[in-house]
Amino acid sequence: MLSRVGRLSACLLGLATMVGVNSTALAEEVERWGVNMPVGVTQVSRETYGLHMDIFWWCVGIGVVVFGVMFYTMIVHRKSNGAKASNFHESTTLEIIWTVVPFLILIIMAIPATKTLLKIYDFSETDMDIVVTGYQWKWKYEYLGEEVSFFSSLSTPREQIDNLAPKGPNYLLEVDEPLIIPTGKKVRFLITANDVIHAWWVPDLAVKRDAIPGYVNESWTIVDEPGVFRGQCAELCGKDHGFMPIVVKALPQDEFDQWLQTKKAEAATLRALTEKEFTFDELYSQGEAVYNRVCAACHQVNGAGVAGVFPAIKGSAIATGQMAAHLDIIVNGSKKNPAMAAFGPQLSEVDIASVITFQRNAFGNNMGDSVQPIDVLKFKQGGQ
Amino acid sequence: MTDSVQKSILATALRLSGVVVAMFVFAVYIMPPMYDLFCEITGLNGKTGGQYQATDAKVDESRWVTVQFLATNNENMPWSFKPALTSIKVHPGEEVEVRYLAVNPTSANMVGQAVPSVVPFKAADYFHKTECFCFNQQILPAGQQAELPLRFIVDLDLPQQITTITLSYTLFDVTERTTTNLVSSL
Amino acid sequence: MAHGPAKGISRWLFTTNHKDIGTMYLWFSFAMFLMGGVFALVIRAELFEPGLQIVQPEFFNQMTTMHGLVMVFGAVMPAFVGLANWMVPMMIGAPDMALPRMNNWSFWILPFAFAMLASTLLMEGGAPNFGWTFYAPLSTTYAPPSVTFFIFAVHIMGASSIMGSINIIATILNMRAPGMTFMKMPLFVWTWLITAYLLIAVMPVLAGVVTMMLMDIHFGTSFFDAAGGGDPVLFQHVFWFFGHPEVYIMILPAFGVVSQIIPTFARKPLFGYASMVYATSSIAFLSFIVWAHHMFTVGMPVAGELFFMYATMLIAVPTGVKVFNWVTTMFKGSMTFETPMLFSLAFVVLFTIGGFSGLMLAIAPADFQYHDTYFVVAHFHYVLVPGAIFSITAAVYYWLPKWCGRMYDETMGKTHFWLAFLGLNLTFFPMHFVGLAGMPRRIPDYALQFADFNMIASVGAFLFGAAQILFLYNVIATIKKGKPATDEVWENPEGLEWTVASPAPYHTFTTPPQVK
Repeated sequence: MLSRVGRLSACLLGLATMVGVNSTALAEEVERWGVNMPVGVTQVSRETYGLHMDIFWWCVGIGVVVFGVMFYTMIVHRKSNGAKASNFHESTTLEIIWTVVPFLILIIMAIPATKTLLKIYDFSETDMDIVVTGYQWKWKYEYLGEEVSFFSSLSTPREQIDNLAPKGPNYLLEVDEPLIIPTGKKVRFLITANDVIHAWWVPDLAVKRDAIPGYVNESWTIVDEPGVFRGQCAELCGKDHGFMPIVVKALPQDEFDQWLQTKKAEAATLRALTEKEFTFDELYSQGEAVYNRVCAACHQVNGAGVAGVFPAIKGSAIATGQMAAHLDIIVNGSKKNPAMAAFGPQLSEVDIASVITFQRNAFGNNMGDSVQPIDVLKFKQGGQ
Repeated sequence: MTDSVQKSILATALRLSGVVVAMFVFAVYIMPPMYDLFCEITGLNGKTGGQYQATDAKVDESRWVTVQFLATNNENMPWSFKPALTSIKVHPGEEVEVRYLAVNPTSANMVGQAVPSVVPFKAADYFHKTECFCFNQQILPAGQQAELPLRFIVDLDLPQQITTITLSYTLFDVTERTTTNLVSSL
Repeated sequence: MAHGPAKGISRWLFTTNHKDIGTMYLWFSFAMFLMGGVFALVIRAELFEPGLQIVQPEFFNQMTTMHGLVMVFGAVMPAFVGLANWMVPMMIGAPDMALPRMNNWSFWILPFAFAMLASTLLMEGGAPNFGWTFYAPLSTTYAPPSVTFFIFAVHIMGASSIMGSINIIATILNMRAPGMTFMKMPLFVWTWLITAYLLIAVMPVLAGVVTMMLMDIHFGTSFFDAAGGGDPVLFQHVFWFFGHPEVYIMILPAFGVVSQIIPTFARKPLFGYASMVYATSSIAFLSFIVWAHHMFTVGMPVAGELFFMYATMLIAVPTGVKVFNWVTTMFKGSMTFETPMLFSLAFVVLFTIGGFSGLMLAIAPADFQYHDTYFVVAHFHYVLVPGAIFSITAAVYYWLPKWCGRMYDETMGKTHFWLAFLGLNLTFFPMHFVGLAGMPRRIPDYALQFADFNMIASVGAFLFGAAQILFLYNVIATIKKGKPATDEVWENPEGLEWTVASPAPYHTFTTPPQVK
């Protein structure tokens, strides 16, 4: 922390001496400090940035004039300078001028803004569609017509958030599985939500749309160059609103196609895995990873939960009771407490089997039993 | 204070109280239906109208429109719910039937309600459903599955620049809000 | 009517005197200001560094929610009602408010409302955690059980505001001294009259929206629940139909205050009195047709986006007129810079900066980038803190000598000003930067590139908080042992309030003055 304060004052000093001396250095400094909207990587984001800067300079200009007159007055027309007050208090001409001139400036601003808005609203001729669904507190991406879909959640380790480990460069802006899109293609996002309202926002793409349960919103982007772009949920959606980032990775078309093929193959493998018989240890260790990724945010790493809010897994009636009830709450969620979501559609059968096995045997819950992915699948299909 | 001032104060206060009551009534009883009406006219939120009666059998065979189907489960809805086809090409004016598949994997009888939404919003006005499972709540006994039919017509007047219509259904679990005998009668 | 105040606690419990009630409103709002301030400092302390240090996300969300609710409904609005209670009758030459008993009720239900709201912090599941805008379904299906208490608290606050507004309108319309025509009324009275009409129009809408929430939560309706045929977006429309006029409710009386103070210390009449009145009215009118600019990213037909964008941009015109009028009032005056004037000048500059960022936010395509980021937080704090809070502070310094007959300590006042000014800018200016660079609002932890500016903002916030303690001390010291003030207090100030003795007698203008 001390080092940051030191760096801060050094930067301020440096910034102060650089102003008016070296404009490129200043520009670099502005860049490094992140004081402005990113220009972004799409046509729309560049236009938005242009609009932002135009209106900003208009405001600066008006500010210079108005505050200039005001400060001139404050310096010259002060009583201590012997200024005598005049008595004028009306001037129709002046008042007409300062009603009309701002109005004209507004019209000048409104024209490019309207053009950009109409461009953003042109949803025609899209090349591919991705359904983006907001969950408390992760995103699901579904490639429409491709049978590929996956969840994308925060991958920053809990220790970094709790200040037990040094923070990585992409702290809170990293996910386990980014959204992959091809470059140069018009990608349409169909945005909706599963529970509360979220908002999908990637600054570099200049895309921000609310994800509303029950309704679909649309937006689109064309990314010209490959790259990784990071964003966050922009609508308060509950406890972990600050912990559901978005990472978009743009790949050239051929690499994208390759990725999509791999993804499809993975899905097939997963289906095969579901049939496989796992050992207790395999399930337990896989389950621990799933638990820390999915469950620990609420039920805590030590399984103790948060009193009055999130029940403990340690010694819980479900984790030490009937297997069917345990399967039910994981797959179908809790009827009583909406905070316990249905994980059936979100996790693979393998993940569910292993996390249940882990929960029943960790934190001193020595049930000694385990469940196989195939049983989870049967439960999902047959309701038993 | 004179009596006449007192009187006019009272009159002002009464008038203003009237405004207060009127604004409350406006917010609770007028704004929601007004909003629904507004949504239906402008397609705001992609809301579609109710059941449509086909009047004209004309079909524009020169034009193709792609209709995409999405399915989302809200929250803890455990049903498996998906469209039989993810997209279909239709001519404006032609009546088409598609199906959604729903499975209730739980051991309880459940009731679901599908909520439709259309993008682009502009298209919502031109997407007519002659029959839809979303008009009613869907009852599905434990472990059962069902094919849910949807019949629609894309309006002949659909603006030329719209080539794709996306129809999304979000399925809500409404078992608890439905009267109990409806479920137990299964 | 010539008797003085009753003795002891019953003076305050049963008083119908506008000055007593005004005083209670002001002290109450200051207490709420400190409470909301403590919530803000919890937020800033957690955001001092990246990582979770002091509070967990659940509690952080409760803090942002309670901070907003307490500041809007507990600090700013009651403070303006308090000023109106004290000053409106004295400015129009009336003996008291039109409905003195209702005046007593409208104050005394407030402490109950806020006690109920604050008690939610101790409830199981915690206080409301869905933001002061309480969007459904986060505030309905997913809300903590305390939401019911929140709803009743909002109902009571609304009732209080409505009664207060009815009283103010009835007073202004019926009790002006002979000769006090509408176009002779001081601007503070004018702006409050318009504000009161806004309150009457939109507080019932707020009551309506929380009532619908209550019915959704407890009585099985589905106004905001898509599953039952409702729509969560409807909530936002109804809320902002209240919410946008609400924003002006918090700023129009501030315009009035500043329009009283600047002429006094420029020793020159207010420039463009009539245009000030018209500008205020047009701002009030426009406030009803711009609400959806809070919802540009919700998804509207493009025609809707354009309409709300244009209408919002239009607000810049009357607001600009006001700023130009204030600057021209100073021009060729004979200016001095006592504490109320310093706060008012800072108001003009900083409110204008907030207006500029408001104009930027009005540009819908750019708003897609700004929306729900710290840029928005910076924007509305620039209009509310130097806007509402600074104008209230200026008003207290300006009229305090009239209220208690004693002069405040000018050096301490100026120190308060400079500390607050510095603290405010340190806190809120960097928020523009982090917002533009991509930091969403209402997050308890943030990515590393936002760290430096957040640290500056947190330091500034504690400085600003400390400055308010100095304010409290200065006010108490003035009341207890300030030097006696003259009846005029300032040099030839305009207005009936300066024609009565300092401190203002318990009953003023029992015989109406004649206004020329």
